[in-house]
Amino acid sequence: MKFAVVVFPGSNCDHDAYHAVKHVLGHDANFLWHKDTSLKGADAVILPGGFSYGDYLRTGAVARFSPVMKAVAELAADGGAVLGVCNGFQILQEAGLLEGAMLRNQSLKFRCEHVRVSVEQTDTPFTNLCRTGQVLKMPIAHGEGNFYAPPEVLERLERNRQVVFRYVDADGEPRAAANPNGSLHNIAGICNEARNVVALMPHPERACESALGSADGRLLFDSVVAAIRLAGRPAFGEPSGSLMANAGFLNPDS
Amino acid sequence: MNDTLLEQHGLTRDEYGRIVEILGREPTLTELGMFSVMWSEHCSYKSSRLHLKKLPTAGPRVLQGPGENAGAVEIGDGLAAVFKIESHNHPSFIEPYQGAATGVGGIIRDIFTMGARPIALMDSLRFGTLGSPLTRRIVHGVVAGIAGYGNSIGIPVVGGEAVFDACYAANPVVNVFCLGIARTDHLVKGRADGVGNPVYYVGAKTGRDGIHGATMASAEFDEQSSSKRPNVQVGDPFMEKLLLEACLEVLRSGALIGLQDMGAAGLTCATSEMSARARTGMDVEVTAVPQRETGMTPYEIMLSESQERMLFVVKTGREADVEQTFEKWDLHAVKIGVVTDDGMVRVRERGTAVVEIPAAALADEAPLYDRPYRKPQDFDAERALGPEHLRPAPAAPDVFLALLASPTIASKRWIFRQYDHMVRTNTLVLPGMGTAVVRVKGTKRALAMSLDGNGRYGQLDPRRGAILAVAEAARNVACAGGVPIGATNNLNFGNPERPEIMWQLVEAIEGMAEACRALDIPITGGNVSLYNETEGRPIYPTPVLGVVGLIEDGSKVVGRAFPEPDLSVVLVGARSLVAEIGGSEYLHIVHGQVRGVPPAVDLEAERALHRLLPRAIQDGIVRSAHDVAEGGLAVALAECCFENEDIGVKIDLGTLATEPSPDEGWTPMPADHSVLFGEAAGRVLVTVRREDEAAFLARAEAEDVCVRVIGRTGGNRVSIDLNGRAAIDEPVREAETVWATALERALASRAA
Repeated sequence: MKFAVVVFPGSNCDHDAYHAVKHVLGHDANFLWHKDTSLKGADAVILPGGFSYGDYLRTGAVARFSPVMKAVAELAADGGAVLGVCNGFQILQEAGLLEGAMLRNQSLKFRCEHVRVSVEQTDTPFTNLCRTGQVLKMPIAHGEGNFYAPPEVLERLERNRQVVFRYVDADGEPRAAANPNGSLHNIAGICNEARNVVALMPHPERACESALGSADGRLLFDSVVAAIRLAGRPAFGEPSGSLMANAGFLNPDS
Repeated sequence: MNDTLLEQHGLTRDEYGRIVEILGREPTLTELGMFSVMWSEHCSYKSSRLHLKKLPTAGPRVLQGPGENAGAVEIGDGLAAVFKIESHNHPSFIEPYQGAATGVGGIIRDIFTMGARPIALMDSLRFGTLGSPLTRRIVHGVVAGIAGYGNSIGIPVVGGEAVFDACYAANPVVNVFCLGIARTDHLVKGRADGVGNPVYYVGAKTGRDGIHGATMASAEFDEQSSSKRPNVQVGDPFMEKLLLEACLEVLRSGALIGLQDMGAAGLTCATSEMSARARTGMDVEVTAVPQRETGMTPYEIMLSESQERMLFVVKTGREADVEQTFEKWDLHAVKIGVVTDDGMVRVRERGTAVVEIPAAALADEAPLYDRPYRKPQDFDAERALGPEHLRPAPAAPDVFLALLASPTIASKRWIFRQYDHMVRTNTLVLPGMGTAVVRVKGTKRALAMSLDGNGRYGQLDPRRGAILAVAEAARNVACAGGVPIGATNNLNFGNPERPEIMWQLVEAIEGMAEACRALDIPITGGNVSLYNETEGRPIYPTPVLGVVGLIEDGSKVVGRAFPEPDLSVVLVGARSLVAEIGGSEYLHIVHGQVRGVPPAVDLEAERALHRLLPRAIQDGIVRSAHDVAEGGLAVALAECCFENEDIGVKIDLGTLATEPSPDEGWTPMPADHSVLFGEAAGRVLVTVRREDEAAFLARAEAEDVCVRVIGRTGGNRVSIDLNGRAAIDEPVREAETVWATALERALASRAA
């Protein structure tokens, strides 16, 4: 099992993601420079948080032109597992691999704190070890995490069960008070239609050790490891839905 | 040379005379400009240097003391903690966002130029009272500026302090601390060693911004200050992130001899200081410097304070390696000169020398002033506290809630949640949960750090104020389980040309020296910010101490909050329950006074406390620890109940009728108020399990530290009995709501 963490100029959670999968969870991992053109045999790719290119034009807007994104898009099209975290989410949106856009937080302020998210969908490579409705505690740290999509897109995302994480309160309910940034439908994370590309604003890599306040984020990485072990090579998005069956096997809910 | 020109450069006639003497001729305009910035108060410390020598700077762990870009102390495993604090007070008043942001950028550069990976920031902020729209605008701007820079570059702001007092209304204090980790054998210095080695420039292009920023920071403000806005630089955290990564990568390659950031006084400072340290010289072609604007003169290029620029010296033969690494990060490193052996900073314009100044004259030979100082005659009378200064006191519960709502005491969540305080995944104690602690990856160790200072104490007794700042910062570090190993200081004062301000400065430095000696904490560097006054009104003398403590086992760290019910609450370090109220938040909030004598400090007892706590914490006996500071015992107890699943506390302080008063024979108010809200120094609230209580008390006795068990955790109220009656009995949740929302409410009170 080999993770790759992409380093864009301005990435700043790259070392955290690397530390989490390599040193905490004990998997093989390496960095990919944004000018790299191949994924060097990685089974799963992480686009980490940060401020790629200073986020100067628009979050993620420049990073999507990096050479490595072509390889990431190919992996995604091939059904491979891709995880975007925070700025990585924004880059995937800019690259057209995920839908919607991020507006500035409703408060117009950067916000860093632990939040709760519920796992809405367990048939993705990054949530297959979770229970539906399971509440995870993870930190957010962003100024532009206010998820927006036009009504028809939002409706389609919901209908296709592409909303993977939602901000919830202590009761597990997606109430307005639990929404830290004004995201529509309290959306904290989504996947693509094929379900192999998943991204979220909270930082699972910061929640892998209880000494840091939560180890709930491990579930996302453990899930993809389990899914890949089961599926052999990355083959998540295959039309046959074979992964779904496999993931279902891992899912304690089913 | 006419007087107007000298005045514009902030130089006196005498100083000009010395320049002519050094050069043996009249200086060129460029040379005059270079002298003016290097001899400014900001760069030369000409008013404070004589006194700064009194600070202890050596110790067995000190690898680098003052004089370099930052100090360094050894922390085991072949690693060093590299840290420093710096002020950006003046720019933050003129342009709050950029002023604060570039302060963050500057201190980060100071750390990575030493070869260290910056891993934590803290900020010490002082603003006016929040009733003023201008102050609210400054608060919003400064916090957003620190957040904007720190968040983008990915270095967490893990702690700090924010204080609100009218004396800072036109002179906010913005001090930023940065800490990095380096391998001890990879520490680099800002030295231009090796004659013939090439000198490189890398980073942002040079523009006309910030010319004479250092001179601006060396003068008082007046009503024209907003016209100095063009002197404030604009930060680019993305550029700095690239520089940081590229510099650390180049440093690992061993191709670098030395490097220095071009901050205050820009290229002038970097060329002269690097040469002076190595006793070499530098020959620089000014037209080779990458420029953002056309038609820049050598004067402008040498004095520009454009941000995110570095100067470095490369080993001859390794130029290509260095250039390639920078290219990888899309940075262009340009050779602009060479190291020479004649001790001169020589600047050429298309080959013709336009500047020839001995490097040492710029860097080390600024005039040294033994400015006259004297204690103001009416000092004691103005500060005396008598019954006539007190209002009829409200009941203790009302005072309690009023103190929790004071912005200085209230939760700083509104501030710290704008900062990414978790990036790099090292933050073991989050802001608001106790003393800031970051782990050192790859080891079991962690570092605790605290910034502390109390301007009000300084105003009432500058010497004692400084002693209290050292003691409190060290005590906070000990409360997390850290042994203090080094400190950095930021001295924020008014105009030193006034003898009463100079007296404050001398007193504070001497107090700081006394405390650091007694507690065995070396000062490894710092910053002096003078001229913090506007239209003749100075800020309170505000020394801020940043103390770093070493924690052997990061898994044993404790925070402030009560972790569970049914623990024994022990008040440690209190000789008497009756506490001084001089200079307290209580006196200020309830009686509207800044008077009296600040709390006395027993440095020997303090040191014993700093021995007791880290050991007991590392041995797992102590479950939580919290310093008793502003607001006194009642506020400290409440803070331990907050942000913590509503675990309350039941305290019985017994009967106090026979307790002597420490207020020099005179108790000016209801005794219960001084017990509940007085700010006697050296006190810590500790919790221990019932079965560990005896062991903890025995350890305290062995260290000769006063202890008394005053109650137990549990319930959901903050309940304090005194003299057989409930002095305070409030539901935790209600008290917490007051405390948690006060700052945000004050900031939102009216549109700014």
